[in-house]
Amino acid sequence: MNALSAAPKPGIAPAIGTVELAGIAKRYPNGTLAVNGIDLRIEGGTYCCLLGPSGCGKTTLLRMIAGHENPTDGEIRIDGMNVVGQSPRGRGTAMMFQSYALFPHLTVRDNVAFSLRVRGVARDARIAEADRVIEQVQLGALAERLPGQLSGGQQQRVALARAIITKPRVLLLDEPLSALDEFLRLQMRAELKDMQKSLGITFIHVTHTQLEAVAVADQVVVMAHGSVRQSADARGIYAEPHSAYVARFMGGQNVLVGRVEAFAAGTLTLSGAGGRTFLLRVRENEAKAGDTVTFAVRRDHILLMRAAMDGVAPPNCVTGSIRAIEYQGTFVKVTLAAGAATGGEFVAYLEEGGYFKTPFMVGETVACSWSADDAQVVAAD
Amino acid sequence: MAITAPSGGRPWTFYALAAIFVAYVIFLYGPMLCIYVLSFQGPEGALSFPMRGLSLHWFDELWTGGDTGDLAGAIGRSLVLAVLVMVLTVVLSFAAGMAFRADFPGSSWLFYLIIASLVVPGYVLGIGIGLMFQLLGWQTDWYSSALGAQLSWTLPFGLLIMFAVFGRFSRSYEEASRDLGAGPLQTLRLVVVPMLLPGIIAVALFGFTLSYDEFARTLQSVGSDNTVPIEIWSMTQNVTSPSIYALGTVTTALSFVVIGVALGSIALIQRRRQGATPL
Repeated sequence: MNALSAAPKPGIAPAIGTVELAGIAKRYPNGTLAVNGIDLRIEGGTYCCLLGPSGCGKTTLLRMIAGHENPTDGEIRIDGMNVVGQSPRGRGTAMMFQSYALFPHLTVRDNVAFSLRVRGVARDARIAEADRVIEQVQLGALAERLPGQLSGGQQQRVALARAIITKPRVLLLDEPLSALDEFLRLQMRAELKDMQKSLGITFIHVTHTQLEAVAVADQVVVMAHGSVRQSADARGIYAEPHSAYVARFMGGQNVLVGRVEAFAAGTLTLSGAGGRTFLLRVRENEAKAGDTVTFAVRRDHILLMRAAMDGVAPPNCVTGSIRAIEYQGTFVKVTLAAGAATGGEFVAYLEEGGYFKTPFMVGETVACSWSADDAQVVAAD
Repeated sequence: MAITAPSGGRPWTFYALAAIFVAYVIFLYGPMLCIYVLSFQGPEGALSFPMRGLSLHWFDELWTGGDTGDLAGAIGRSLVLAVLVMVLTVVLSFAAGMAFRADFPGSSWLFYLIIASLVVPGYVLGIGIGLMFQLLGWQTDWYSSALGAQLSWTLPFGLLIMFAVFGRFSRSYEEASRDLGAGPLQTLRLVVVPMLLPGIIAVALFGFTLSYDEFARTLQSVGSDNTVPIEIWSMTQNVTSPSIYALGTVTTALSFVVIGVALGSIALIQRRRQGATPL
């Protein structure tokens, strides 16, 4: 009711499909805690990705929002109404299953019209409506086919059509792209994003692929061990991780630790293993001298040089021998075997053109340095 | 020691295995062929070769002859019984298969209990059923005691097939159906049963043929009116004409018709969803 009573801003329709989770927990009869007290708000009309490694509880959370599993504890509110215990149709959600779960004995048209059929819509009316939605996902020529006669990408569109014909407020997608090859995956994720924009409803998309989440989502929710580690927009998750876990999981950062030596003029001075010194810009300092601080350094903001073997190491510098060099097309990934302060590994993403002017060799000892502005404090795990 | 022949011909193991296979086929089909051929003996023919002419005399004898007992009645009873067993087996083993998907307490013990009746010797089970009916003062009959005896054989079989069928049936289809607003009965009618139809037909076929062929369990529980296998058995006790071969030919042909209809309908279903993921 809150969504209705709140006065909408002039000219902007009130967003539908706002999902709020309050203390959602799921404990299985064998005692496993799959989801551990999650509080989360997903604004109506946004594209949200639940991102995490397998077993982190993201699919369980999605299935609870969908109404295919019941939470042990907590509330799920859709547009202000607690929907726990309601049927999927009753709560206004529709789900796209991981393997699509298209009914193999029904044609594309009958699959799409299924929800109308079980609601008792007359045959002509439901066929007309199904054909309209099939047209919307550009499958008009294939309406008479059976799912087994379609390619993976076409099956996915049928699954999408079958879900959106129910006019859901929230569409739940369980790893929708995992069954497709890389090329189709990129194409289909763009189509999903377009579809979400044109429908204006909420999409909640479960994935374990970082780049997929970052590419499509307005809101990325990183999960681990049944709880939310960080929820932010894609750039916030990737560039400003709050914790070492998120920094490592998203893959764009090196995570290092150091002991606080001094704090002056907004700069924290840390000492690391092997006599290294690190400088960090911080707005507020809560750490005392002697505390251990974890921080993250962006992999794509690293300067790589052949190491000078003599003299004192400059601040914000890590040396090590190159373990691997991977060409990635637009950049080159150089992996160093570095000391314990970096968890044994330090990665630099080097701009491709610059790299090939002075290429490095595996086994070479090099020094990586960065500006104090490209490092940030994160919570230790 | 090379198994492959040097010039690209077949290795000797091919011929050895082919010989074993041919021997197997002769052993399997030779005796049956003898019976089918001998059933077309001329009117003066005997129970063994040589053939004395070619006729349908013994088939005629089968229906009209006095010494062959109530064969038409036995076939009628066997067909009705087989259909009854088939329907009950399909319905009960499908329902049990659904139930066993949920891991309810004691499910494994219940499963062993059901499977145990496959292990118990059928003849002994038949005697037991006959004795129990006698104890309770009930009349043994083909449609009561023999029906129960046959179900003790077909239900565990049907359940085992249903386990295999449901084992490959993903729950996500039912969830998708529920997600789209279908109630439990609609899901059953529109999704589960149509998708599992080939497996259900296989169970029906098993139920029918196991019943139509059943001897050990039925012998002591059939009562006064015989089914076909019991009738054949009792004929071998007193009939000494090629009618008995004619009977074998007729019942085999009937079985082939049933199997053909079943396989044909499975093939038809598969063709209607050609290219679909296997169930």
